Amino acid sequence: MGIDLGTTNSLVAYMDSVRPKIITDADGEKIVPSVVAMTPEGELTAGRPAADLLLSRPERAVYSVKRLMGKGIGDVTEELKLFPFQVVEGSESVIRIRLGDRILTPPEISAQVLRRLKLNAEGHFGQPITKAVITVPAYFNDAQRQATKDAGRIAGLDVLRLVNEPTAASLAYGLDKRKQGIVAVYDLGGGTFDISILKLHDGIFEVLATNGDTHLGGDDIDNLLIHIALEDVATEWGEDISRDAVGVQHLRRAVIEAKHALSTEPEALLRFSYRGKQYNRHIDRPLFEKLIAGIIERTLEPCRQAVLDAKIEVRHIDEVVLVGGSTRIPLVRETVQVMFQKKPHAELNPEEVVALGAAVQAGILAGVQQDMLLLDVTPLSLGIETMGGVVSKLIHRNSTIPASATEVFTTGVDGQKNVLIHVVQGEREMTGDCRSLARFDLKDIPPMPAGMPRIEVRFLIDANGILNVTARDVRSGKEQSVEVKPSYGLTDEQVEAMITESIDQAEADFRQRQVVEARLEADAILAATEKAMDHDAWFEISEEERAAIKTALNELRMAYYADDHLLIRSQVEKLNQATFHLAELMMDTAVRSALQGKDIREVG
Amino acid sequence: MLTQIGQTVTCWNCGKSPEEVHFCSHCESLQPPTTDYFEYFGLPRKLQIDLGALEQSFYRLSRRLHPDVYFRRPERERQLAVDATAWLNDAYRTLKDPVARGEYLLDLYGMKKSEQKSSNVPPELLEEVFDLNMALEEIRTGDDSVRPQLIEAKAKFENLLEEVDHSLEAGFGEWDRTESRDALEKIYSVLNRRNYIRNLLRDVNAELV
Ligand SMILES: [Zn+2]
Repeated sequence: MGIDLGTTNSLVAYMDSVRPKIITDADGEKIVPSVVAMTPEGELTAGRPAADLLLSRPERAVYSVKRLMGKGIGDVTEELKLFPFQVVEGSESVIRIRLGDRILTPPEISAQVLRRLKLNAEGHFGQPITKAVITVPAYFNDAQRQATKDAGRIAGLDVLRLVNEPTAASLAYGLDKRKQGIVAVYDLGGGTFDISILKLHDGIFEVLATNGDTHLGGDDIDNLLIHIALEDVATEWGEDISRDAVGVQHLRRAVIEAKHALSTEPEALLRFSYRGKQYNRHIDRPLFEKLIAGIIERTLEPCRQAVLDAKIEVRHIDEVVLVGGSTRIPLVRETVQVMFQKKPHAELNPEEVVALGAAVQAGILAGVQQDMLLLDVTPLSLGIETMGGVVSKLIHRNSTIPASATEVFTTGVDGQKNVLIHVVQGEREMTGDCRSLARFDLKDIPPMPAGMPRIEVRFLIDANGILNVTARDVRSGKEQSVEVKPSYGLTDEQVEAMITESIDQAEADFRQRQVVEARLEADAILAATEKAMDHDAWFEISEEERAAIKTALNELRMAYYADDHLLIRSQVEKLNQATFHLAELMMDTAVRSALQGKDIREVG
Repeated sequence: MLTQIGQTVTCWNCGKSPEEVHFCSHCESLQPPTTDYFEYFGLPRKLQIDLGALEQSFYRLSRRLHPDVYFRRPERERQLAVDATAWLNDAYRTLKDPVARGEYLLDLYGMKKSEQKSSNVPPELLEEVFDLNMALEEIRTGDDSVRPQLIEAKAKFENLLEEVDHSLEAGFGEWDRTESRDALEKIYSVLNRRNYIRNLLRDVNAELV
């Protein structure tokens, strides 16, 4: 299956022989809100029930956690002012959030959303699903990618591949049309912005350049409008509710409704009522556009840079594709049209196209789509810290992945046993201005005079955009041990521990689903039997038969509330046997022969 | 996995000499890369390259080597596909860019790109570089009157860069005809000069923004 793990919403899709399709939940809903909450019973829940809890008990819910993936507390201080999360002190390398009585990291929280999607897919196929392609913003760095992969593992998924969201979207678009030429994908989602420029050639999707901002999206528009409304409310009501988490969440929902309305209507009414008070405000499109212009403007510089890096000119771009819910905003479409001098495409639902593309990539890996091949790039340059904190770049941004570089290291002191390599990601020249990725410790170097050891280190960015480092002693040819100390994110041991913890939960999920399904069957036969007891045929069967049915009925009612699907199923079968004769009698004699083999659920 | 050019290689699967660059000619299994970038693309060590043909080869080889194609194969082959594709991508990136291509060829002949950056001034530029550095110093201290001088210098160095690119092209042609040490030396000095001018232009642009 292919998963779009979004900032606001998530979706799961699969390949239905030749075409990707979105999988719905039991209620027929496609979209799973990326919200996780702790129920009053102390259980973690994700999706729609969690989104409801966000309104009533915001202190027990977390949303937009994607913005915290692969981050430390220092990265998100500004952002946290707007979110009601309780962040635990000392979250330097991994943010930890208090949710009810649990303390959870962003990958664990995302894992809950993934688990919900997994359950939906399992409900759809009626069997366990463990393999998935998950999409990430193209501009995600190594730590953010690693955190997403960790989330998948914690959710019990074998993450086959991380695919960049705009690239996935282009796969979904390219499927029908076998296009040639150059395509720009403009992806403005809930929390992130990506621009990718691709060259399409006979089923090969070659990314020429990508750029973006992992802190720019619909969330920013919401926060801006909330901020303005809070000030209005303070003036009108004489009361500042910005510290009232429940009030802010209700306002947030009202703001989002108004924002959505403004995509199709010339004006909208922002309607907010809370604790018996009313706040109404008309917002017309010119005002809305004036307010958000600055946010939309911020997408343009990444676009220009991507065009430059792709070594093309705007006029060479044949098509522009819009992805992400925020591209429904007319001003966004106009801005894109001016930037690329072309009317952008939006035939496919911009909220579904990424998940559909992820399913196509899953199909490619499964060998179903043999003629298609995706050649993606790394969004950020990779370098190592050298003397004086200067970065020496090893792999430049927009290099096709997998990409590699080798570098020979030596010692500076006689007998030195360890060499520490500091790896960073980013475009700036000084280490301090780039994102620290990890420190790699070359250990157990045989003692030699300074400068004599020759350790060849290979840096490999794999097809997921994640760095792998291996080292070799040039003299002996032997593999050199490397210890990885990630600057942000979880260690392997921590992820393993979380996986163990989650296996229990996965089993519970699976049992729970089987119980639910068994109860649905029980509901059907219980209702049919009760109805049959009013039928004339009820008095045509023998006293013994009536007694047997009543016994079976009671036994099923008792089994119903046991959390044991096997017991429920066996009682359903018993009742089915007991009512067999009754069902036959209930059939009209004229159609009896035609309906032979039907049971009570079908004749009642 | 490291490349050791010139070593006798045997197929990891059948133990025979694979005889071909990408796949063993006996058992057809994917081989780790052991050639230089030119040979990996089936090209002679020439510097004037048909970029269209290079791109076609890149696409053709990607279809055969990419990890996606090996996804349902055993772990060992999947890793080989990652290594082979990384080598292919690195090779394509190097060969399609004339400067990287030139530097790579020099590297193959033991002439590594000069590590010094600004100390190595090409003698014919000495005077202008001196004036330019003075102007840069002044604008950094807030004296905007030298701005026209910088704009003029920028145009001049942009012209020089174009000239250098022509000399590079000529150097490439000479190498392709003669494969001589002289040609390599010429390319080496042109590339150094180009690198120097590009760094200067970057400094000037940074101040003019
Ligand atoms: Zn062989």
